[in-house]
Amino acid sequence: MTSNEPRLGIVVAGSLTKGVEVKLDGAASVEEMAVGRYVTIEGQNRRFFGMVTDISLGVTDPSLTLTPPDVADPFIAEVLAGTSTYGSLHVLPLLTIGGDATSLLEGPQPVKTVPSHFSTVKLASEQDMALVFGKEDEGRFHIGNPLDMETKLCLNLEEFVKRSNGIFGKSGTGKTFLTRILLIGMLQKSKAVNLIFDMHNEYGWEGSSEEHTYKVKGLKQWGQSKVAIFTLDKENSDTRRVPTDFTVQIGYDEITPEDISILRPTLNLTELAVEAAYQMRRRFGKSWLRRTLQLGEEEVADILKEANIHESSFQSLKRGLGIIERLGFVVPQAPEDTVKHILNHLDRGVSVVLEFGRYRETSAYLLVANMLSRRIYTLYQDRAEKARANNTPLPQPLVVTIEEAHKFLNHEVADKTVFGTIAREMRKYNVSLLVIDQRPSGIDDEVMSQLGTKITCLLDNERDIDSVLAGVSGKSELKSVLARLAPKQQALIFGHAVPMPVAFQPREYGSAESYKSLAGSESALSQQIEKDIEELWP
Amino acid sequence: MTGNRVGEVIEASTAGFTAQCYELYQSPPLGSLVKTADQPMELYGVVYNATTASIDPGRRPIARGGEAQSEDEIYRQSPQLLQLLRSEFSVLVVGHRQDVNIYHYLPPKPARVHSFVYSCPPDEVKEFSQSLGFLNMLVNTGLPVPRDELIAACLRQISHTHEDRHQFLVTAGKKLATLLGNQFNQLNAILERISDQ
Ligand SMILES: Nc1ncnc2c1ncn2[C@@H]1O[C@H](COP(=O)(O)OP(=O)(O)OP(=O)(O)O)[C@@H](O)[C@H]1O
Ligand SMILES: [Mg+2]
Repeated sequence: MTSNEPRLGIVVAGSLTKGVEVKLDGAASVEEMAVGRYVTIEGQNRRFFGMVTDISLGVTDPSLTLTPPDVADPFIAEVLAGTSTYGSLHVLPLLTIGGDATSLLEGPQPVKTVPSHFSTVKLASEQDMALVFGKEDEGRFHIGNPLDMETKLCLNLEEFVKRSNGIFGKSGTGKTFLTRILLIGMLQKSKAVNLIFDMHNEYGWEGSSEEHTYKVKGLKQWGQSKVAIFTLDKENSDTRRVPTDFTVQIGYDEITPEDISILRPTLNLTELAVEAAYQMRRRFGKSWLRRTLQLGEEEVADILKEANIHESSFQSLKRGLGIIERLGFVVPQAPEDTVKHILNHLDRGVSVVLEFGRYRETSAYLLVANMLSRRIYTLYQDRAEKARANNTPLPQPLVVTIEEAHKFLNHEVADKTVFGTIAREMRKYNVSLLVIDQRPSGIDDEVMSQLGTKITCLLDNERDIDSVLAGVSGKSELKSVLARLAPKQQALIFGHAVPMPVAFQPREYGSAESYKSLAGSESALSQQIEKDIEELWP
Repeated sequence: MTGNRVGEVIEASTAGFTAQCYELYQSPPLGSLVKTADQPMELYGVVYNATTASIDPGRRPIARGGEAQSEDEIYRQSPQLLQLLRSEFSVLVVGHRQDVNIYHYLPPKPARVHSFVYSCPPDEVKEFSQSLGFLNMLVNTGLPVPRDELIAACLRQISHTHEDRHQFLVTAGKKLATLLGNQFNQLNAILERISDQ
């Protein structure tokens, strides 16, 4: 399998760590090369895929530089080009893309050796690029283009969702835009359903650009029938004219001491106050929260004595619970079971976006996301185990999207929240996470290491960069790539879903053309989308 | 054997031979390809030197034209002079043919004295120069004539037998550039002499 691209030159020296030196043929012009171009090297037994990292000029005889030849004579210039005077490329081999058994079966593999002397070097062909960057098809979704290239970067989303993934970058770098694109991709091309905890009301219906200058479409506008919008703040959703499907309310008895323990830092509770919550539940069972809030003074004194709870801890707890109680969506008795409603939708293949409306405080987000996810995850766990026992198909994969992930997954709470569990248990129960965060260094190292694919926009904090790149090979090169990303709409992707790290520009989102190209043309879904678009924007 | 008979071998060694012309001053041009046979083998060589001198090495010709009106008059007045001089040319062996194959390296044995020497017709020159292995031998011999002159003359001669003369010269130039990798001044001298501009 050799490509028909014209030959550039031959490998003359090199090493795996530093890359190989390629002497250009006379016919290949140095001026037509560019750093960052991809090339293939036809080794004896394998084909290598590499990137041009430097370009230089050489002469065989130093006297040439002292008494330059008469290059005004085209004959002499033609003879000397590629012989006495030559260009050379420095190429970093990145992958093997064929030739050996593994790369044929499993696709491109990381390089472990270098091509032999005098192997032929060519520009990478379309097919080679497609091998590495993927090709748009039923399973693969175009997320953007490698920087400065026409080639599409396409992810196999079905593979992607098999593990938990992360999207990082400092504020305003394009995380939300990129996530939206990925979620649309999942709606179109993966069998997964999504549950999105939408802290800033950006995903379900219209989201606005950072400058609030224009609005961009949300998920429901892409597939009316495939997305439901749940809200914690009906009034707010109505004001924004978002067509909601369900209003979420949470009953006192749905909240557990575990939920409180995650909120400890946010609510500023002491360890002992959390301990007190557990004791109250031991005593009152499910109704512990209501009872804690409603206990009369004498009762309290008795109980505290009996359970050996310090007065100040109890007051701390009571104050914290008071904050929760005042959240508008927390009610003594929830009229309907939210978890059941969410599951109903998910089971029909309908993704759920939960808007938080005006409840933008961290405590609300942590409480709701963790509580609902925990209960849904438990049900998935049961189902998966039953399915395994009965040899029936596993439930449809579920992807849970959370923002501000470090609040759920920091070192202190990662082993208490359900999200820590999901990240660690990987795909065992067909549930995975899509975490979005500005401060990856806040996330527990172990959780970070479990993320299959990481996509990071610009980061400038050294600790954040280190935590995102921990454990990746070629870290120092990637660090410099990461540091050179544009402040918006550029990202670096690496990990499970791509054969090698790729810096890319996420596809444009928000313009009419971008919607058209996202809608595609053939599939039934995209026809539906077109119809929806027409209805919504006559 | 095809080609014009241009002389007869009078002295031979492994790397070359000297031939005498049948007629005074009729040596083949510098750099041209000639051949001689030692059946079943044919030897190819490049003419690198030509001389005309007295038959008797002890007696050098003396100037005779002091009274003459023209140069021709000298020979007309003393026709025996033509018998006292002879022309010779020296050839560097650069390859041989055995059966139908041409080899760009030295034959196992030198030419035989009194073998006839022929100039090669254009088709044969073209065939011989399909590959440029012989340039190596031209580059690597010590000769009494300047090497760049000889190589340039040889390539100019050969290039006329190729339809795409420019391409032939570029290919040959590139070959020389690799052979003379660290002798750029030599290379440049040759290139200037074969440039078709
Ligand atoms: N793919 C894209 N297409 C079009 N515009 C984009 C894209 N990515 C980023 N932008 C621009 O960059 C701005 C910031 O992007 P975004 O809101 O996604 O940032 P963010 O990383 O989510 O920020 P924050 O951390 O504050 O939530 C957008 O308002 C938009 O103008
Ligand atoms: Mg955002």
